[in-house]
Amino acid sequence: MAIASAGLSKSLRRRWRFSEKLIESFILLNGLLAIIVLLGVLFLLLREGLPAFAYTSPWQFFFGTRWYPVSEPPTFGILSFFMATLWVTLIATAIAVPLGVGCAAYLAEVAPASVRETVKPIVELLAGIPSIVMGLIGLLLLSPLVQGLFNLNTGLCGLTAAIMLAMMSLPIIVTVSEDALRAVPKEFREASYALGATQWETVWHVCLPGALSGIAAAIMLGVGRAIGETMTVLMVAGGALAVPYAPTQPMMPMTAAIASGIGNAVRGGPQYQALFAIALLLFLMTFAVNLVADRVLERQKRKFAR
Amino acid sequence: MNMNHALLNNRAAHNNETKLKTEQVSLFYGTFQALRNISLDIREKAITAIIGPSGCGKSSFLRLFNRMNDLIIGARVDGRVVIDDTNIYDRDIDVVELRKRVGMVFQKPNPFPMSVLENVAFGPRRHGKKNRHELEGIVERSLRQAALWDEVKDKLGQSALALSGGQQQRLCIARVLAVEPEVILMDEPCSALDPIATLRIEDLMRSLSSDYTIVIVTHNMQQAARVSDMAAFLMMEKDRAGILVEYGPTSQIFTNPQDKRTEDYITGRFG
Repeated sequence: MAIASAGLSKSLRRRWRFSEKLIESFILLNGLLAIIVLLGVLFLLLREGLPAFAYTSPWQFFFGTRWYPVSEPPTFGILSFFMATLWVTLIATAIAVPLGVGCAAYLAEVAPASVRETVKPIVELLAGIPSIVMGLIGLLLLSPLVQGLFNLNTGLCGLTAAIMLAMMSLPIIVTVSEDALRAVPKEFREASYALGATQWETVWHVCLPGALSGIAAAIMLGVGRAIGETMTVLMVAGGALAVPYAPTQPMMPMTAAIASGIGNAVRGGPQYQALFAIALLLFLMTFAVNLVADRVLERQKRKFAR
Repeated sequence: MNMNHALLNNRAAHNNETKLKTEQVSLFYGTFQALRNISLDIREKAITAIIGPSGCGKSSFLRLFNRMNDLIIGARVDGRVVIDDTNIYDRDIDVVELRKRVGMVFQKPNPFPMSVLENVAFGPRRHGKKNRHELEGIVERSLRQAALWDEVKDKLGQSALALSGGQQQRLCIARVLAVEPEVILMDEPCSALDPIATLRIEDLMRSLSSDYTIVIVTHNMQQAARVSDMAAFLMMEKDRAGILVEYGPTSQIFTNPQDKRTEDYITGRFG
């Protein structure tokens, strides 16, 4: 009896081992696919973009203020695009971070369950609004407001774009921060309350520090979204080619520059290559932001592994 | 054994002031009644053990005294819980002030993910102590009181989570002592610790009991017999509400229980 059952389990085990291997290699393939795609994107950008530096020195390219793609010879200086991206991203972050983290802290720590369960799906729904719709909202509602408020010639400027981007990165920041806050063990809150801390002190001194790396990752993801967003900024940032020195000026962030230029560029021509070089820079920027976010998130996980 | 009891009785006899008491207290979680009509006087500067089978409401009972049950949605208390003649469930009671006077040590050691120093300084900081020098003094005093100073004095800046389980629990006790409470509630403080760490905590409790009123919930009969001066036996009725069956000097509860149910429990016939 014992021998028979041992034999049976042996053949069963062999079959399991085979299907186990099969599943394992399938998962491995999936993992590799992601890396292959990533490397493929990088390779493509490098192949199409690097030749741009044959016409223009990197110094001229990154710090040149003139973008004349069709004059003879063409000049490719992307400083104005880069500065525009910087303005828009920084202001969007400055608006979205306090608002998003505050909202997350409210939802995770203060709000009763019923409020949390209604508000959170709504916030997540905000993430699903197509960027073109956000652009239209910015065009229609926000830009007149900004124009009137700052007494500008046009409401289509960096600030308008930044506010719309803040709205768009808010859902990511709220959702991820809220998850991080809720991952802070209940024991810490209890200990804090039992020592006579108020709710505000508990949130500020225990929960937020405990969730800090998760919140940092949330911010990075939000910033990544703001850097890469194209349609909204194309519609509402104003599209001026001068180097912007104030956020209330019309400007053309990098993504908008690529989107508006690529249609007219001759495939394989100098402008085409210059646009790909911008895309390469953009890719590296978002890649760096995501890498940092990932690292920070990893640290958070280790901190609470007990 | 007999000598031991004589000793305990002697200890228990030296102070008979009542520090805490519950009067006809019932606790509800929504419609579920967790405790029914419990009246109990707890003596000052003594160790009172709450014993009883799992689920009889020992922890809920303990959490009445610092109003930790407030954190549970739907929790409601009937009756009075009195500290030094004040009903702590009165409307004008400041819960923050109450929790300064009544500290709590939890089942699982729960130091904050901060340095050893910051853990102990947490309470005093919240209550307005800002001066670095003063805080360091409080931290050293509290750690010495918790018999942890010699082990951690060279790593005050290191993460508290790097300490061993027993050290973490003593750190949590030091953190409570830093707030200078009058009462310390302990909710099965040794259940996550090994026997040696457990004995160290018990020694610590004994030495603290000359200055503090200690109430401890424990699952461990031997522990209750070893450390406590008074013992209360709780169990649940058919509807699972906790009731007080018997309360008296520990020596009496363990050698000469008046109630049949207490006797059955402590002799291991159920529970």
